[in-house]
Amino acid sequence: MVRDGRRRWLRRALLVPYAWLLLFFLAPFLIILKISVADPVVALPPFTALFDWAASGWDRIQATFDNYLFLFQDRYYATIYLSSIKTAAISTFLCLLIGYPMAYFIARQPPHRRGLLLLGIILPFWISFLLRVYAWIGLLNTNGVINNLLQWLGLIDQPLSLIYNDFAVYIGIVYSYLPFMILPLYANLERLDSSLLEAAADLGARRWRTFVDVTLPLSRPGIIAGSLLVFIPAIGEFIIPALLGGSDTLMIGRALWDEFFINRDWPVASAVSVVLLMILVLPMMWFQKVQGREVEDSR
Amino acid sequence: MKKRGTGLLTIAAFGYAFLYVPILSVVVYSFNDSRLVTLWGGFSLRWYKSLLENEEILGAALLSLQIAVVSATVATVFGTIAGLALHRIGRFRGRTLLTGMITSPLVMPEIITGISLLFLFITLSDWIGWPGARGAVTITIAHITFSMAYVAVVVRSRLAGSDESLEEAAMDLGGRPLRVFFDITVPTIAPAMISGWLLAFTLSLDDVVIASFVSGPGATTLPMLIFSKVKLGVTPDINALATVIIALVSVGVVAAALLIRRKT
Repeated sequence: MVRDGRRRWLRRALLVPYAWLLLFFLAPFLIILKISVADPVVALPPFTALFDWAASGWDRIQATFDNYLFLFQDRYYATIYLSSIKTAAISTFLCLLIGYPMAYFIARQPPHRRGLLLLGIILPFWISFLLRVYAWIGLLNTNGVINNLLQWLGLIDQPLSLIYNDFAVYIGIVYSYLPFMILPLYANLERLDSSLLEAAADLGARRWRTFVDVTLPLSRPGIIAGSLLVFIPAIGEFIIPALLGGSDTLMIGRALWDEFFINRDWPVASAVSVVLLMILVLPMMWFQKVQGREVEDSR
Repeated sequence: MKKRGTGLLTIAAFGYAFLYVPILSVVVYSFNDSRLVTLWGGFSLRWYKSLLENEEILGAALLSLQIAVVSATVATVFGTIAGLALHRIGRFRGRTLLTGMITSPLVMPEIITGISLLFLFITLSDWIGWPGARGAVTITIAHITFSMAYVAVVVRSRLAGSDESLEEAAMDLGGRPLRVFFDITVPTIAPAMISGWLLAFTLSLDDVVIASFVSGPGATTLPMLIFSKVKLGVTPDINALATVIIALVSVGVVAAALLIRRKT
């Protein structure tokens, strides 16, 4: 009876954030869906008045899937989507390659030392993302720190072109998202039952064998969670390709920005967004599934 | 045994160097006297001085701080209510929708959040004349929307490990719902609310993409200003600004870590 009172209070309070999310999260999403099937017109806002639709009837829809047809027929967009996926996949793999040994190293330290080592991973995450990407401009520039150092050491005569290309984008993504890889991996490796490792060792398994046969399979949820946490945001990344990438760096986030601000073709930009979301739905659902299982395991 | 240990240690050391060398290089070069960012012209504080005199940067910083404080506070309230409701109210109409709406912003590409919110604001001002001009208010709304998702996640994970029997006892003893809420529930989830607030505050202070879409000509936040400056390359006064921010964040994070350690 009394408890019902509190629930009622919570229910009432919930209406405010609920309405907020309906208005500022769901409604914008529906609008973008609608605009993606609108005709572009040269005006501000540069799309046909969507809400005349209801009046003009559904017969207009057929004509307006043009924006999607355009995306599928235009080689440019197919290339950009594929290249974004490739960039995100390679960066994720590099993150895993660096992040796994680091997470393993921290998890194997005595507990009193782990806190400090973890703090060292988390601290860069709290420092502005933008400024951390910016820091790489100073390092990679033609007359930046790395080129100066190599020239001073006499290893190179001409400065290397390290920035404004795909290489710099990979470095930027790996650098920015490394903590997202390490933290779930650490959370997983830290829980690893060490008696299993001891059993394997007692049975005469070599260290490497134990790692491949016991540790690696057991850390699979951590690997998947960490990889998805890097992969999903990396696909739609804008700041890193904009600051470190070259003019030939193809990333969907940047193409979307240009379509929106430079070409001002809002219906095509909306269609590009919707297709990007469809690409992301699978990894997102996978992530939610893995997370759900993790929560249950830790209970 | 020893061999494996040193191998791991080397990789870990390399990893930490990778994380910190870029940050340290910005800090070092912020004290460089030379206007050319590449040459070392001796120690100087001139960029800090020019930073203090730069009203454009100071104004943008003030605007960003205001937006961050307001949006983090509102997001903490909303996110806490949503997190509590999802944990405490077993079944209610629209639960699935709420779960979807509160977790999606976590994985939604910023650029899509930005575009879709801009469309909403344009549509709304067409329909009801609000918001007339986009600026601080629209940025704040956008930041509340994505930050409350983070707060809700943090609060929910705290509640997952909490014990409800205290509240039930208080209720059985005749405590009024609101009283029980503020005396028992809030202290239980306070650590989660604080870290949620800090997370929301940081995310707001860091956002370039969403703000660029939903802002108008009048309002430029600090990250928007930094972004437009560094697109053209390295500038010494941004080095100084970055160093100030790095110092503030580091002190804050280390202090928070020490505080948590003392408590446990």
